[in-house]
Amino acid sequence: MTKQQPLLEVKNLKKYFPIKSGILKRTTGNVQAVENVSIDVYEGETLGVVGESGCGKSTFGRTVLGLEPLTAGTITFRGQEVGGFPYRQLKKFKKEMQMIFQDPYASLNPRQRVGDTLEEAFIIHTDLPKQERQQRVRELLVEVGLKEEYYERYPHEFSGGQRQRIGIARAIALNPSLIVCDEAVSALDVSVQAQIIKLLKRLQQSHQLTYLFISHDLGVVRHVCDRVLVMYLGATAELASSDQLYSNPLHPYTRALLSAIPRPIPGKKRERIRLQGDLPNPADYPQGCPFHTRCPLATEQCAKERPEWREIEQGHFVACHEV
Amino acid sequence: MASEALQPNVGKKPKKRESQLLQTTRKLLKNKLAVFGLIVILLQMIMAVTAPWIVSYTPIEQSLSDAELGIGSEGHWLGTDNYGRDMWSRLVYGARVSLLVGVTSVVIGLAGGITLGLLAGYYKKLDGLIMRIVDLLFAFPGILLAMLIIAMLGTSLINVVIAISIWSIPGCARIVRGSVLSVKKQEYVLAMRSMGASDIRIILKHILPNCTAPIIVFATMRMATSILSTSALSFLGLGAQPPTPEWGAMIAAGQDFMWSSPHMTIVPGIAIMLVVFAFNVVGDGLRDALDPNMDFNN
Repeated sequence: MTKQQPLLEVKNLKKYFPIKSGILKRTTGNVQAVENVSIDVYEGETLGVVGESGCGKSTFGRTVLGLEPLTAGTITFRGQEVGGFPYRQLKKFKKEMQMIFQDPYASLNPRQRVGDTLEEAFIIHTDLPKQERQQRVRELLVEVGLKEEYYERYPHEFSGGQRQRIGIARAIALNPSLIVCDEAVSALDVSVQAQIIKLLKRLQQSHQLTYLFISHDLGVVRHVCDRVLVMYLGATAELASSDQLYSNPLHPYTRALLSAIPRPIPGKKRERIRLQGDLPNPADYPQGCPFHTRCPLATEQCAKERPEWREIEQGHFVACHEV
Repeated sequence: MASEALQPNVGKKPKKRESQLLQTTRKLLKNKLAVFGLIVILLQMIMAVTAPWIVSYTPIEQSLSDAELGIGSEGHWLGTDNYGRDMWSRLVYGARVSLLVGVTSVVIGLAGGITLGLLAGYYKKLDGLIMRIVDLLFAFPGILLAMLIIAMLGTSLINVVIAISIWSIPGCARIVRGSVLSVKKQEYVLAMRSMGASDIRIILKHILPNCTAPIIVFATMRMATSILSTSALSFLGLGAQPPTPEWGAMIAAGQDFMWSSPHMTIVPGIAIMLVVFAFNVVGDGLRDALDPNMDFNN
């Protein structure tokens, strides 16, 4: 999987949100939501993106899709640069990149029948006649495990899991190749979560999908993802295959995260790495390694120099001076 | 895999729930004051529509021998005015005028306000410009603005409609802008954007339908203001000109006969009060009925 041409190449991606203040609305600072992220995503894989709340993983996903304009860096999709272009020029590529949202209650228009919501994908991107469009929508509904008759219903008539299926149907409607799942299962309870993950895996096989799976749930990520990217304060901390990452975490932040996963083995004591303090303010980005303010291993060097993104073993990258 | 596809969410069949229209109507009908308001509005509408059939005199037919008859007189149960015109007939035709002026000015005001509000809310670049213009309109006291417009255009009922429409635009624009700002952050709008939907499609199909609740409430409340302002302007002689049977103009005409024929001012006065009150309580009721947070009370 490593030697092929990547489906999506992100290079030195930065996304800053300007802070404007005063009556003249002058930019007085930046929230550095995504700070220099570079990553390749390969066809057919599931890349997990993990990190705590506010670490920029959702912003990363949205910027990749072009929902947020990027500040710097390049995004290349199938060899074609897509970052920073006006939307209309990219319609062909947008079709290939879709998104599944976190909140199944907020991601469907409450005033629209779900069939009409799904039909819009075909109205926007195809010239199919109405009957054919509706037929496609019915097929989609069946494909995600719902019934054809649900076409006529409104979102409030569905449970959370069913709505998420509709959201998935909307995402796969145009046969995309990349889907960004932004906390796609986090809002669901565990049994429904399992069903949705099963569905996502089935669709990945049948549609040759590539997932960018954004989540804070390390348990789910381990189960779902081929490779995992750990983000901290907008920057990449560690990237490795699931097995490598969970068996041999190198970055102290990854270790701390993993040690916080609850394990259902009663009586077994385990060492838990407790991080001190809070996430630093991304508007006041720390010098040197972004993690040095909370890192148990931090040295003087960490406070001064931003660590390099190094490949420690095959396919295992880490940004830390101490590894 | 197969069983998963066959039995989606076992035991969680989608429940057929009430549509929002039904739900809102049900909640509105529980509100006694709102029901009273609805009845008054309905009566006014019936009066306006059936006017020629429920009166025995035309509203401008003078009969000086029957002038200033009191309430309960034979043939004129609400009495007559100083020209002997039947008060009931004038009241009924006046309902027509105030309803017509109210509806047209609210519709025009909404059209302008919704357009500006949608543009200001959706396009950040237009926001500053549009909202400053709106602020400028807001800075004028409403009735003064209306008088200014009428002074420029001349006194007539049509100019009253224009004046009141313009006066309705800023309030509507603000309300719409506010809801657009909250709706456009919703994930379903983001989903449409990531699908490549055009701005027009997003605004008209996804944002506007989700902003209707505050617009409906605003329109109802605005009806009350419009009717009251029409009457006020007519009372000042800037709106309907005699002999048009307009409630405000009727009060103005009755002023000089306050002591001899108080019904000339009291009858149209009560009519204005009732109708304005009715639209206000219905607006209040609608606001409560459309507010999903009020669900717990019912």
